[in-house]
Amino acid sequence: MQYLFKTRYEDDVRFLAKSGEKIRVGLVVLFMLAAPLMLQDYYLAELGLLLVYAIAGIGLMILTGFTGQVSFGHAAFLGIGAYSHSILMARAVPFSLSILITILIAGLVGMIIGRSASKMHGFYLAIATLAFAILIETVFGEWKSLTGGHAGLAVPALKVFGVTLAKVWQQYYVDLVMAGIVIWGASNLFRAPTGRAFIAVRDSELSARSLGVNVEWVKIQAFGVSAAITALAGALLAHQLTFLAPDVFGVLESLKLLLMIVVGGLGSILGAVFGAIFVSVLPVAISFLKDVLPPSIGQKAGLEPLLFGTIIVLFIVFEPLGIYGRWLKLRFFFETFPYYRKASFVRQKSYLKTERMR
Amino acid sequence: MSTPQMLSVRNLSIEFGGVHAVDDVSFDVQPGEVFAIIGPNGAGKSTIFNLISRFYEPTAGSIFYGEHDLLELPAHRIVRMGIGRTFQNIELFEQATVLQNLLVGRHRHMRSNPFREFLFLPGVKKDELVHRRKVEDVIDLLEIARYRDQRISDLPYGARKNVELARALCAEPTLLLLDEPASGLNTEETDDVSFWLEDIKHDLGVTIVMVEHDMNLVARVADRVLAINNGKVIAIGTPDEIRDNVEVQHAYLGAAA
Repeated sequence: MQYLFKTRYEDDVRFLAKSGEKIRVGLVVLFMLAAPLMLQDYYLAELGLLLVYAIAGIGLMILTGFTGQVSFGHAAFLGIGAYSHSILMARAVPFSLSILITILIAGLVGMIIGRSASKMHGFYLAIATLAFAILIETVFGEWKSLTGGHAGLAVPALKVFGVTLAKVWQQYYVDLVMAGIVIWGASNLFRAPTGRAFIAVRDSELSARSLGVNVEWVKIQAFGVSAAITALAGALLAHQLTFLAPDVFGVLESLKLLLMIVVGGLGSILGAVFGAIFVSVLPVAISFLKDVLPPSIGQKAGLEPLLFGTIIVLFIVFEPLGIYGRWLKLRFFFETFPYYRKASFVRQKSYLKTERMR
Repeated sequence: MSTPQMLSVRNLSIEFGGVHAVDDVSFDVQPGEVFAIIGPNGAGKSTIFNLISRFYEPTAGSIFYGEHDLLELPAHRIVRMGIGRTFQNIELFEQATVLQNLLVGRHRHMRSNPFREFLFLPGVKKDELVHRRKVEDVIDLLEIARYRDQRISDLPYGARKNVELARALCAEPTLLLLDEPASGLNTEETDDVSFWLEDIKHDLGVTIVMVEHDMNLVARVADRVLAINNGKVIAIGTPDEIRDNVEVQHAYLGAAA
């Protein structure tokens, strides 16, 4: 077991306090930087997609995992990001400016949704966000002059500072840089007042309010930040898809995002990344499996949703903290070897709450 | 009314569907005193706190803090006036660490701006360290240093109680509303609470209003006591006067006693 001796208050603000963490993160960064040298284009593109979903996952995680506001319609923000970025790029707006405007538009839409959502809880919020997503999908389909309707919209080539980046590895590095910025920035948020206010609203609105947190405004902020980050993912996703259609950003996509953060582990940035790995790696693994299994099982339609569903159910039943929770236990096991006990992670039941006023 | 009033509650009433939870209650709290509110279960003690915290809208009456009309303020502005509080059933941020909880306690004194914090500009870190320093003073006072990095969900009940008091103190209130600070604590822990209340009153100069059932604690720390029953004031006075008051005895023990 490694004990951390903190000698300055800076130590509480710092990331990666333990030496083991530094090494692990360093190795991952090194691998990600070197990936284009090692992987074929197909796998590199998959890795790029993984990064994009990690960004989207972090977007939703901030809202659902950290602020406790469930959203069944986050694909709408993904779509807003993809469409507005593509439309702007098609009108010869430079990449960086287009990304900025996209983020601002989505952030603003998010805040407007947050304004009405700040008065809702639980089921009502879920239904409201779901309705919003369906509405946005319909707008994409019907606003033909701008979005091309159901016929679709071709995404302009990725062009950063006048340089066309058509190769897979070039696009991959753009995704990597963006993912790095978002992971870093989102983590920053949670070692500062705004992020703590998010967590406060999630765990107890009542006492957050009594400590001076403007709960409604915090929810509006959370929706705004979440929407902006998800829209960034959408913009990057557009370049991967190269062709946009409204049904890409439907309810199923929203569910996928939600499942991603649940399986990854609610309430941690790393959980969103784990979730993205899960949804990206599983289809690849399943397609491998199809070749191995006898055709009578392997070629059956619906194998993929079945496996997806089964794994999700298993997670919810056996590991509600998701892959992140597993990871914590694994790490704890090695750090305290050979003293690990199952009971180390058994949590006591929380106390009865009767004073809730909703 | 020669001394200036700190908190002044006048003819306060609230009804929940015909039930008069608080009925025409008036009292004043003077700066620097410990003011206790007692009464049987369901008497309306916590409801008075929730009215002061602006969680409930009163049907009648007024609450003044100095010359500020609290009824004009939304709930999240109350702490900015200098009124901190704790809850009867501990309301901590369960999935956060003790340190994070205490830092939320500093929220009243913090600037927050998501853009600045996303990029973690140098000013953010500077502010964080200032608040971290202040939080440490409270940690020292209430002796919770060993829990600092633990999550609330891993803490025993007594420790949670202390952390909640600490969190309220982090806001540096001038008036502290404590809803049953000693409920569920053993004698030793209750002793600790009484010492802390003395410290908070004398060293930090905080005025305390508390709801409490433990009459020993009330007798030890309170300067004045308000007894209520069925939402109505039945007596107000020093702990000894209240103990000898016939109506109070009736309220607790029934008329035969």
